[in-house]
Amino acid sequence: MTAPPAILPFDAATVLERHRELLTNSSRRRAAGWGGLTGVLLLAMFSVWWLDISIRQILPGLGELAKFVGLMIPPSTGGHLPLFVRSMLETLAIAFLGTLIAACLAAPLSLIAAANTTPSLLLRFAVRRALDTIRGIDTLIWALVFVGVVGLGPFAGILAIAVSDTGSLGKLFSEAIESTQSRQRETVIASGGGAALAIRFGLMPQVLPVIASQILYFFESNTRSATIIGIVGAGGIGLQLSEQIRTYNFDQVALIVLLILVTVAAIDWISGMLRSAMIGRNQATSRI
Amino acid sequence: MIAGIPSLPQHQLERLRVGYEREVVRRRRRVLAVLGTLFVLVLAASRCGEVDIANLLHHLSGLTSYFGRIIPTLRMTHFSADIADWYWNFSGWLKLLFDTVLTAYLATLIGTLGAGLLASVAAANLAPNAIVRWCVKRLFEFCRTVPDLVFALLFVSAFGLGPLAGVLAIGIHSFGTLGKLFIEVIENIDMKPIDGVRSAGGSFATAVRFGALPQVLPILASYSLLRFEINVRASSIIGFVGAGGIGQDLFVAIRKFYYSDVSAILLMIIVAVSIIDLATERVRHRLAPIETLA
Repeated sequence: MTAPPAILPFDAATVLERHRELLTNSSRRRAAGWGGLTGVLLLAMFSVWWLDISIRQILPGLGELAKFVGLMIPPSTGGHLPLFVRSMLETLAIAFLGTLIAACLAAPLSLIAAANTTPSLLLRFAVRRALDTIRGIDTLIWALVFVGVVGLGPFAGILAIAVSDTGSLGKLFSEAIESTQSRQRETVIASGGGAALAIRFGLMPQVLPVIASQILYFFESNTRSATIIGIVGAGGIGLQLSEQIRTYNFDQVALIVLLILVTVAAIDWISGMLRSAMIGRNQATSRI
Repeated sequence: MIAGIPSLPQHQLERLRVGYEREVVRRRRRVLAVLGTLFVLVLAASRCGEVDIANLLHHLSGLTSYFGRIIPTLRMTHFSADIADWYWNFSGWLKLLFDTVLTAYLATLIGTLGAGLLASVAAANLAPNAIVRWCVKRLFEFCRTVPDLVFALLFVSAFGLGPLAGVLAIGIHSFGTLGKLFIEVIENIDMKPIDGVRSAGGSFATAVRFGALPQVLPILASYSLLRFEINVRASSIIGFVGAGGIGQDLFVAIRKFYYSDVSAILLMIIVAVSIIDLATERVRHRLAPIETLA
């Protein structure tokens, strides 16, 4: 009989000693962690001090807020239901037309901004910076500007969404165009087609599903932003909402918020179905 | 020499051609149907949205002259004087811009802490309680669907004018969006490290600390930084309803047609936002390779 194989004596202390370096964090990493945490906290304390936020302001405010919430229940139409529904439809119209116009404007611009369709570096650079600038300005600021230009009402909202989304959609479209394969376009050119035909038959079939799904996604998100541009007078449900908040009709505020929640959920659902119908189930979940 | 191109017999070709044409007609019909629906929707929406092309054309010159007017007059001969004139309130705006960034910072912090706490309570793999999970998810959904400006309006009425209302409004909105992302991240972690800690005798708390936290922390931090970028934009307009920051001055400038002020403030916001975007982007790339998540 042979002896059983020797087993190393198990001793927690020696094992720990042998692998100390693996088992403990290096002091530098530890210092970085604690330092980062302290920095975050100090900056937070500084911000509270700088912005002059005090507990004396918070506590009565919370009391007020609780009172508001109490007034919100039960939600009530206040006899304005037709008006609210019409404003909600107006909001949807703003989001729909705004997105559509933005898509129409962004399509040609994105062809200029994409590296594989526009060889001129200067032109590309100029269009890209213009799109960046448009995108850098918030929709609400555009809404305020357009209220000044075309007057109060939903038309200003449509223009605001159209302009500000031209920037974002133009960038996304041009990225989609740049990620296409050049073979198809080369084939069209090689068999005698011009640049326009190459774009129609070599490029569009590749980018159209991506672009369509991006447009749908923007329509969803614009439904949300169209609910607030009314606050600056650019039409839609936001106008009613800010009026009711300013006049302390909180039961009607609650109703409008519910209306917004339901509408947004419905639009998300519809556009989710359209998207999966267009690009197939498995890709539908990964947006953009 | 002519290479023989293989050709199908006539009757087979005919069948293929008919099939092809039928397919083309079918697709054309579908495109026409989609376009028709779109056209009807556009008409309905234009009625609803009071689209008035004549009005637009009438005011189009106003629009171009608007942008012409907000561009300041900078003459080479008195360049510095013109700059000083354009940015007459530079220190005041800079302070407001600083307020704006700090508002975004505090809001992001509130949102991250709240979302992190609730998401780890609600994630199905850490604390499997279906009711809590459902409630927390609905809460997140509510907080992110109600626009931050609506919260801001409410909070301005409750807490008074000032940055506190803005911090809370943007904080609640971030709480909703981050919470949804955090739950997804936590539910997608690798459970093996946690099992490892548990089987080595660790408690639930140590399992979360050494098994789960190292996996999720970089991703959560990365999402929070992305949210910070978005919040800086949000807090720059939250002043429109009186909730502090540079938005207040911008609102006044646009409403009262102080043309050169509009461009001065807008330029400051754009520059600040781009600087913050660039800085956080670098940190994010070092933390975790997520790009397209928003």
